[in-house]
Amino acid sequence: MKGGSMFKHWKSSAGAAALAAAGPAFAEKYIPSNDSGKIVDPAAGWERLWTTVLIDITILGVIFAVATLFLVWKYRRRPGYEGGGAKPLSTGAAVAWSVIPTFIFLADDFYIAANGWQLWNVQRTVPADRLEIKLESGMYSWDYTYPNGVRTQNELKVPAGKPILLRMTSRDTIHSHYLPDFKVKEDSMPGRITYLWFYPQKPGEHLVTCTEYCGVMHSYMAGKVIVLPPAEYKAWYEQEGEKLKKAEAPEPNHGGAKPAAQKRKSA
Amino acid sequence: MSVIKEWVFTTDHKRVGILYLIGSVAAFVVAGIMALLMRAELSAIGPTLTANPTTYNVWLYAHGAIMILGFQIPALTGFAANYCIPLMIGAKDVAFPRLNAFSVWLFYMGVILALLTFVIPDPPDVLWTGYPPYSTITTGNTALYTFTVLLIGFASIIAGVNFLTTIAYMRAQGMTWNKLNFFVWSIIGSFVMQLIYVPVLGTAVLLISFDKYLGTNFFDPTIGGDVLTYQNLFWFYSHPAVYVIFLPFIGILMEILATFAKNPVFNYKVAVYGGCWGIVIISGEVWIHHLYVSGMPDWLRIGQMVTTLLISVPVGLITISMVGTLYKGSITFETPMLYGLGTLVLFLIGGLTGIPLAVTSLTVNLSETYYVVGHFHYVMAVAGTMAIFAGVYYWFPKMTGKMYSELWGKIGFWFTFVGANVIFWTMMDVGVRTGLPRRYYDFAAFPQVANEQYIMSVGAIIIAIGFTITLLNWIIGAARGPKASDNPWGSMSLEWTTVSPPPHGNWPKPPVVAEDWNPYAYTKR
Ligand code: HEM
Ligand SMILES: [Cu+2]
Ligand SMILES: [Cu+2]
Repeated sequence: MKGGSMFKHWKSSAGAAALAAAGPAFAEKYIPSNDSGKIVDPAAGWERLWTTVLIDITILGVIFAVATLFLVWKYRRRPGYEGGGAKPLSTGAAVAWSVIPTFIFLADDFYIAANGWQLWNVQRTVPADRLEIKLESGMYSWDYTYPNGVRTQNELKVPAGKPILLRMTSRDTIHSHYLPDFKVKEDSMPGRITYLWFYPQKPGEHLVTCTEYCGVMHSYMAGKVIVLPPAEYKAWYEQEGEKLKKAEAPEPNHGGAKPAAQKRKSA
Repeated sequence: MSVIKEWVFTTDHKRVGILYLIGSVAAFVVAGIMALLMRAELSAIGPTLTANPTTYNVWLYAHGAIMILGFQIPALTGFAANYCIPLMIGAKDVAFPRLNAFSVWLFYMGVILALLTFVIPDPPDVLWTGYPPYSTITTGNTALYTFTVLLIGFASIIAGVNFLTTIAYMRAQGMTWNKLNFFVWSIIGSFVMQLIYVPVLGTAVLLISFDKYLGTNFFDPTIGGDVLTYQNLFWFYSHPAVYVIFLPFIGILMEILATFAKNPVFNYKVAVYGGCWGIVIISGEVWIHHLYVSGMPDWLRIGQMVTTLLISVPVGLITISMVGTLYKGSITFETPMLYGLGTLVLFLIGGLTGIPLAVTSLTVNLSETYYVVGHFHYVMAVAGTMAIFAGVYYWFPKMTGKMYSELWGKIGFWFTFVGANVIFWTMMDVGVRTGLPRRYYDFAAFPQVANEQYIMSVGAIIIAIGFTITLLNWIIGAARGPKASDNPWGSMSLEWTTVSPPPHGNWPKPPVVAEDWNPYAYTKR
């Protein structure tokens, strides 16, 4: 039913055909769900993994850099030292110098991959207790639709302490909904549904910005996430819902944008 | 007049190589000026140089496309391969000299097409990646992008056929596969990848023009197309393309390290068969790491996270070979070696900072930010450019028979090296700390990075000074440098056994390679 009303709305917007195709798919996209009731914050997980990998590559870098500097200094040609013409490695040494480093690199790769995969599961499995909001991007705005049909533009109001799931598509070019503070982004594109989720825990404001080149005004495609205390959010949500209901109820003596809508309905 | 005719109609691989060098350096200057314009625009919030974002986007398009297609690939697989391969394997020329001449002129036409960007009223603004749907709906001229890529790609395929044939059939008597210079192997790997993948790129860019101008719907989801098809085709080529650049520049470095350390390449066979071929084999299985946030299936992203991380094995083996070549060497620090060591450092930083980008769960934050821009400029853009410069300096006495100025060579190096680190380290830093997105004409949403942006613009000026010094040093050296000897570096490699510059046909009679010779057969001093 909700899907149905979304569908109707899209048909009336620009690029109708694309969205007619996208509409039903919107609802179908399978999203892995986490019913355990325990919520892990993916942003905190990102910070931890970043630190781990940063330490890892710093160690590798220091080893190689120190080795290089040492060799360059030790074997520089100078009065009293003339090296060069080193013997090719013996077969045993050649094998050792390939097998041992290979195993070290492999071990490091799998260590990083295992950690990466673990975080990936957190990032792609959405807690069951969540608020799901639909996003349609366009040149150049972020259009959000709440479960009760309330729509906002470039302003995503959410309650603190609840995981937020965005189900995304685009009505024109490809955009990418990036939340630097929540360490997550995912492209939104025509004809496909994508998703991302994040976990706002404290009231506050956060930047939304576009990270896929989408056209001339790409760099100005910014919005914000406004995290509200749950009660305040609830009040806003219900109030907007009421307004919407009133606006949608046919009132013959009310002008504005409605005649068009009525015409469409009666047609 | 007759000199011009000689050059235009030349089929001599050395002249073709030098034509490639001149064309690609000219392309580099143009694309470098674009970089300066971009850095000027980004030096402060809001419009600075131009009030029109499209102008910036055209600069960015020209910078990216020309740097890769007009400069690095032609400088490495055009100039370096042409000049050195026949000399290194002891051949008098390439297998198909006329085809070779055809390929360089195709390349010039490609560069001219790319330069038309600055002349036509509707320049392409699709960036070097050309993603639809934007590339199919923009008023910019996407066809110019398509045909530039096709021409240069075609030139490269022709060169690939030519060089693989040359290396297979025209090696000097006694020159077995295991006596080839590492550089020759790197060119083999590079052209094998070009032959496999360029057609895929050609298809992708042709299809966007079909969609835009002929009304097909390959990428239009409203009529059954799919926008992601393009991205998959594009990166199926363009990831390997970074190895097409990477392998030859590592090849140049390896030659320089061996020559200036007077040592054999450390663990040669492992570097060739494990490192070089390992990269060729894995290169085709990792393209999804460019689509980590494009809504590809989750399992595929994880799968290619693992394959991408595996690249560290062949790259690690090659790095060990480079560092190991210094062991017990007799190291001297002429300009080519200085560039060689500097490149090693840049490549190390660039390679290691790529590891976080392989991890899909980290990339959901890092992707499309300045961290990425910093990373790939380290590992490909500046490391590759400095390696090309190292190669030009290294073979300069062979090409011209003259010597450049060591002093100015070194001064140019330090400007470039310092400037590069100032810009690109700062880029990675702001990318991680703030998430500043790339391809932004204006960073109004990120006022906190204003200082860093300014610093980066200063860094760009420092680099520009370094490049200018370097170019002048070459031009002046070639015009009136002192005469160089035939083998000023005391290298064992075959290209140094002929006179400088080598005559048409390279040697009076074809060289024969002795049983105990190899290009790194230095004796202990
Ligand atoms: C030497 C000085 C250079 C400077 C100052 C410089 C500067 C920049 C900047 C600021 C950007 C990002 C602009 C943006 O995202 O809005 C960029 C992008 C890029 N640069 Fe460079 N660059 C330099 C050299 C090179 C070289 C040698 C290459 C060779 C491959 C290169 C290849 C690229 C590519 C492929 C892009 C991405 C273009 C895109 O996003 O479509 N750059 N450069
Ligand atoms: Cu955008
Ligand atoms: Cu790649």
